[in-house]
Amino acid sequence: MTLFAKYAALAAQYSRLEETGANPFNVAFETVLSPTEAIIGGRTTLLLGTNNYLGLTYDPAVIAKSVEATELSGTGTTGSRIANGSYDGHRGLERALADFYGRRHGMVFSTGYQANLGILSALAGKDDHLILDADSHASIYDGSRLGHAQVTRFRHNSPEDLANRLRRLKDTPGEKIIVVEGIYSMLGDTAPLREFAAVKREYGGYLVVDEAHSLGVLGATGRGLAEEAGVEEDVDFIVGTFSKSLGGVGGFCVADIDGFDILRVVSRPYMFTASLPPGVIAATLEALHQLRLRPGLRYQLNANARRLYDGLAGLGFTVGPEPSPVVSTVMPDPDTAFAFWSRLLAAGLYTNVSLPPATPKGLALLRCSVSAAHSPAQLDHAIALFAAAGREMGLIPPVDAPAWGERDLAAAK
Amino acid sequence: MSDSGGDIREIIFETLRSSLPRPVELSEQTHIVDDLGLDSVAVMDFVMEIEDRLDISVPLDKIAEIETLGDLLAVLRDLKAHV
Repeated sequence: MTLFAKYAALAAQYSRLEETGANPFNVAFETVLSPTEAIIGGRTTLLLGTNNYLGLTYDPAVIAKSVEATELSGTGTTGSRIANGSYDGHRGLERALADFYGRRHGMVFSTGYQANLGILSALAGKDDHLILDADSHASIYDGSRLGHAQVTRFRHNSPEDLANRLRRLKDTPGEKIIVVEGIYSMLGDTAPLREFAAVKREYGGYLVVDEAHSLGVLGATGRGLAEEAGVEEDVDFIVGTFSKSLGGVGGFCVADIDGFDILRVVSRPYMFTASLPPGVIAATLEALHQLRLRPGLRYQLNANARRLYDGLAGLGFTVGPEPSPVVSTVMPDPDTAFAFWSRLLAAGLYTNVSLPPATPKGLALLRCSVSAAHSPAQLDHAIALFAAAGREMGLIPPVDAPAWGERDLAAAK
Repeated sequence: MSDSGGDIREIIFETLRSSLPRPVELSEQTHIVDDLGLDSVAVMDFVMEIEDRLDISVPLDKIAEIETLGDLLAVLRDLKAHV
């Protein structure tokens, strides 16, 4: 076993989790019943950790379009766009995304991960500089490594530190490309995008915003944080995913910049991978249509997010800095996170465990994601399960002492 | 006043001592991951503290190559010399 010797410490931790019979990194859904329920271990379980923000995975119109496209054009494209050709659907979805964002260009990738890989590695050449928010998603770090640019990171959500980094690079040749996210997936906090845009205007450079968790969630028409913050003109590239609010799989980039299409023959994660199947493309196009047609989904999602956030905060859990569809509670350590997670699962509630180095500041997190499809009763049930497990484990004050927790919970209902 | 190598070494040790949960004997041979138990993100966060104090930015590919505090010192000296 010398090949995997380098993973020995991790392997030991992993098998310890397997032995407990409840490994949050190896969960199987026997049957998925709806956007909010599945059968896990023979038991009907409430899903509160699937990033299915608008609940569109079972939307009848989305399914119908997907079935129709599959019957018409087959199950797969069996090749890449550059080597084996584009289908009408690929181009149609790119036009629809560009139209939604009011930009001239759109490009579709086979996953959200690949969208970041493909865009960052192609935008920044050897003599250019990528400046990343420190809490960036792994796909942003990996995309930065795939290219040959100089990469530095600035303190999470700190316009001052971004300015410091740009100042230090002032006299260094090469383009400066700033990368931030709309909503950060671990704690659900948003970027101070207006301030970042001001720093970009002061020092020059390009701004890339990954709206993976904010598309369909923020903004007057659901375009994301750039729209919400009123700085879309300062954002040069928007990257996003189809696998959260749009309920499919895939990723995209939209932009207004001249010459954008050259990326199609320089971006390796775009060129050397199979393109999305017709059924996925058609489902995504219809989900985007539904997102635009039904702003009520977004209002419901945000009301649900607020309900869960206030409910858990009211119980005495330490939650993220602002309400968002990502609601994380801070656990004292990884073992407690595992124990708490498995207690919730045994009670019929599925959530996520997030650990360092994927999390900021070494935090162990019990992470939830809310859907527009959750009913108020489902969320209240989830909050009640958090309350019971949290008290049993001594993570929150007992029921008698902190009457304030109960009052807040009641007020949130 | 420019930071000499000795000053930078002191800044590294000082920053580490204030951020580590328990006191550890530090030298240029100290292995950052094995001896200090820092994960990849913790290393980057710790370097960030030093970047502030020296007013430099350390590219991530340089951080990836660093194994010991001596390696870190060499990288910082080099970057500081080119500011």
